[in-house]
Amino acid sequence: MTATTQAAEQPIVVKRQHPIAETWENLRRSWGGMIGLSLIILHVLLALASPYIVPQDPLEMNSQIRNELPSSEHLFGTDKLGRDIFSRSLVGGRIALLVTVLGTAIAMTWGGLAGILFGFLGGRVDEIAMRIVDALLAIPWLLVLLLIISTLGTKPLVQILTFGFTYGYTAIRVARAATLDHVTREFILAARARGERKRTVVIRELLPNVLDVLLVDGAMNWSWMLLGFSSLSFLGFGVTPPTPDWGFMIAKNREIMAIQPWSVFGPVIMLSSLIIGINLFSDALAKALGLDRSQGAPV
Amino acid sequence: MSKNLVEINNLSIGYHNKAGKLVHVLRDVSLQIRPGETVGLVGESGCGKSTLGQAMMGYLRSGSKVLGGSVHFSEMDMFSLTTRQLESIRGNKIALIPQNAGEALTPTMRVGKQIIEALELKTDIKGESAKKRMVELLGQVRLPHPEVMADRYPHELSGGQQQRVVVAMALAGEPNMLVLDEPTTGLDVTTQAHILELMRDIVSELGTAMMYISHDLGVIARVSDRVALMYAGEIVEDASVEEMFKSPAHPYARGLLESIPRLELAGIPNSMPGQPPIPGTLPGCSFAPRCPYATEICSSEMPELESIKQNGHLVRCHNWEKVLSKDFSRELMNAFQTIERKTLSEPAIELSDVDITYFQRGLKEIVYRTPEPPATVSNVTLTVRRGETLALVGESGSGKSTIVRTISGLLPAKSGTIQFEDFDLTVSVDNRPMELCKNVQLIFQNPDASLNPRHTVAEIIDQPLKLYFPKMTRDERRERQIELLERVRLDGRYRLRYPGQLSGGEKQRVAIARAFVADPDLVLCDEVTSALDVSVQAAVLDLLVDLQKERNTTYIFIAHDLAVVRAIADRVVVLYQGRLCEVGTVDEIYSPPYHPYTETLMGAVLVPDPNTEPKLLASDTPELAPPAQGCCFQRRCPKFIENLCDKETPPWQYPHGEGDHQIRCHIPIKELVTE
Repeated sequence: MTATTQAAEQPIVVKRQHPIAETWENLRRSWGGMIGLSLIILHVLLALASPYIVPQDPLEMNSQIRNELPSSEHLFGTDKLGRDIFSRSLVGGRIALLVTVLGTAIAMTWGGLAGILFGFLGGRVDEIAMRIVDALLAIPWLLVLLLIISTLGTKPLVQILTFGFTYGYTAIRVARAATLDHVTREFILAARARGERKRTVVIRELLPNVLDVLLVDGAMNWSWMLLGFSSLSFLGFGVTPPTPDWGFMIAKNREIMAIQPWSVFGPVIMLSSLIIGINLFSDALAKALGLDRSQGAPV
Repeated sequence: MSKNLVEINNLSIGYHNKAGKLVHVLRDVSLQIRPGETVGLVGESGCGKSTLGQAMMGYLRSGSKVLGGSVHFSEMDMFSLTTRQLESIRGNKIALIPQNAGEALTPTMRVGKQIIEALELKTDIKGESAKKRMVELLGQVRLPHPEVMADRYPHELSGGQQQRVVVAMALAGEPNMLVLDEPTTGLDVTTQAHILELMRDIVSELGTAMMYISHDLGVIARVSDRVALMYAGEIVEDASVEEMFKSPAHPYARGLLESIPRLELAGIPNSMPGQPPIPGTLPGCSFAPRCPYATEICSSEMPELESIKQNGHLVRCHNWEKVLSKDFSRELMNAFQTIERKTLSEPAIELSDVDITYFQRGLKEIVYRTPEPPATVSNVTLTVRRGETLALVGESGSGKSTIVRTISGLLPAKSGTIQFEDFDLTVSVDNRPMELCKNVQLIFQNPDASLNPRHTVAEIIDQPLKLYFPKMTRDERRERQIELLERVRLDGRYRLRYPGQLSGGEKQRVAIARAFVADPDLVLCDEVTSALDVSVQAAVLDLLVDLQKERNTTYIFIAHDLAVVRAIADRVVVLYQGRLCEVGTVDEIYSPPYHPYTETLMGAVLVPDPNTEPKLLASDTPELAPPAQGCCFQRRCPKFIENLCDKETPPWQYPHGEGDHQIRCHIPIKELVTE
């Protein structure tokens, strides 16, 4: 009976923090992750503040200064309508960011929950659902996006829901695969043997374990979605002119790219820096969470 | 120096943790192994046993480094060799046999080919002669029909057979030294005993030296010539196996030996409080905080490893003289607290003619009209009385877990009835009333897997509280959590920790606390102590007994360790292939007459005593499916009678009249007693 009080007396030898704090510790050690995070934060801040800090009105046209070279007044020059490309680049990410952030949130929520549910239920439900997902995934994504948006219109709300839906079914696969890792483990059996409802098992037991995978996948999805949104804009299904948008700006200035290459620099730099930032961050996040086992956490 | 095969001198290994602090794994370890000698390396988990084993092969985990000292193998400094040189030594001169043989073999390659590959890499044998040598090796590890076995894939072999193949592979390069890292952990007792006998024979035949790493003192006692006991990265005692088990001089050795349940002694042994510290964190002796002999000097000054007898018995303790002055065998007798046997009559749960099968008739079975295979668990009739501990015993595949899963409602029964109070337990858990779910609780074998790693201890215990007492307020639940943690002897501070921050024993206590949330009447314990260190195992058993006393709870206890069963159970059921072999009280089961299978199991138990030999009766060849007719044990039974055992299902025999003790066997009781 000597062991009865051991726990109370036992000094805490190893002190470990909350998992979130530990992930942050790991993340902070990664150069790429910190660069990526700063880029993302910079972009978000810019998107919030840009209307108030732009040097010129991005919508103001001026026939006197069309297709100008970069100068101290117009850092990236002007486009063929005489608008300041630098200012337009700063503002051009607002709608793209809004649509893709909300789209990602919707995609990960429904896709993630559906994936966990199918993984948990298994059997025939899972089999049929996954075949439907496979079929949907077989259609090229741009085609699906174009199909829905061209029929329903280009309002931001429609775009958010469309992105949320189409990118959600890739999340289903990821969440389901991650769930299958956990569903046979004993804590799930223990919950079932206890008589817990399926909803509780999915949300309380499985979701916390799948969450890290979903986070990383969400970050990846976000960058893909940005690319998708820009592609839509490029094809003319993104925002309505004259609202500035990176993809649309690239499309419009493409005609004069041969003689005025700087005209696309602004939107290209902005778009690619954001996508690179997100990718760097999601890579580092995966390592910090210990998902990328080939690499190990950056120590 | 020249006569030692392995010479480890003052070896220290450590790594820098995230905060940049140096953490020791091994501290000042010195060990010599002579050619042909078998050294057992024992200690609790996390004491640096595996690190030492790997260091002997010149291997360091990435991030670790040698802080001092050296490892010489055949007079070569292992840490100054190039990778190329190490490659030529490993496998040729020194070979590793890992714990999990199934994972050490390539799943897509026939085992024979894998051995040939090792042969061609490590020796000059090529082509036809390699094939011949491979068959010879497989024969040497006593695999039946080596030619046939060579053509199999790893998954077609049983765990024991896989381990034999790995041994054969390690022998391919004819090494001078084998390093075995817990090679039998996770195998059945019978298989383990067979593998150990094989290793002993191989070593004496080939003159190979062996380093045997294990946490199981019974195993160590059986194979070793000399035992090195490790604690917190240090060797605390190094003695011949005889002295280590008869008169250990280090308090840690005594504590460990006293905490093992023993077949011949009834009752629960003493447990050792506390857990090993991180090496190098204490100024004095690492064991001082847990040591009953500790004096002032122990917590300030580090003891040296000193020789206490002429024959090279080394001990790292300030007070070894005091320790040695106490007679160990008497101390051992006192370590066991006998629990009084309960007299019970009221039945709690009754199983009658229960059949359970995993077989599902798919399209293929319907089309081809495949007959249904014999059920996994068949014809089980049992009564469990209220407040008793019923142990289910048998090798893996004997249907112990299957029965428990059915009782808990995770697996439906095919036929038969299970009555628990007024409830029918054949119903799946989804359709059970909450009242019933509350009363039947399950504790799993591995607390690592049964606790959600993303929940704090508070959340883990909160889950069933919310489920069973939806009306409780947050504060009431909090109070209850602390109360429950205290019942399993954990401090309230543990509430905010994650399972990853707890030791194995603490985790299992949390799992027990969770099971006792609703004060259940029936608790199903599935191998609850087999994943724990011996020092903790006794404490957990003790806790279970105490909890049982408080509310007269009924336990169904699964175990493969017969000594643990002896310590905790009131009645025992011996199962083979999902069929009952013997039922009786502990005392009846542990004394003759035995069912031949019970006798086989008993004989294979390894006792922490170097002079006791296991009695191996039956072969360890496992069976995949129960036989269609006759006795379930017929194919392995040493007393098999032709045309009787394979034709007719044996009758129940009652050695003590129509009492509790039943043996299902054709052989008359008288003959079962005499042997």
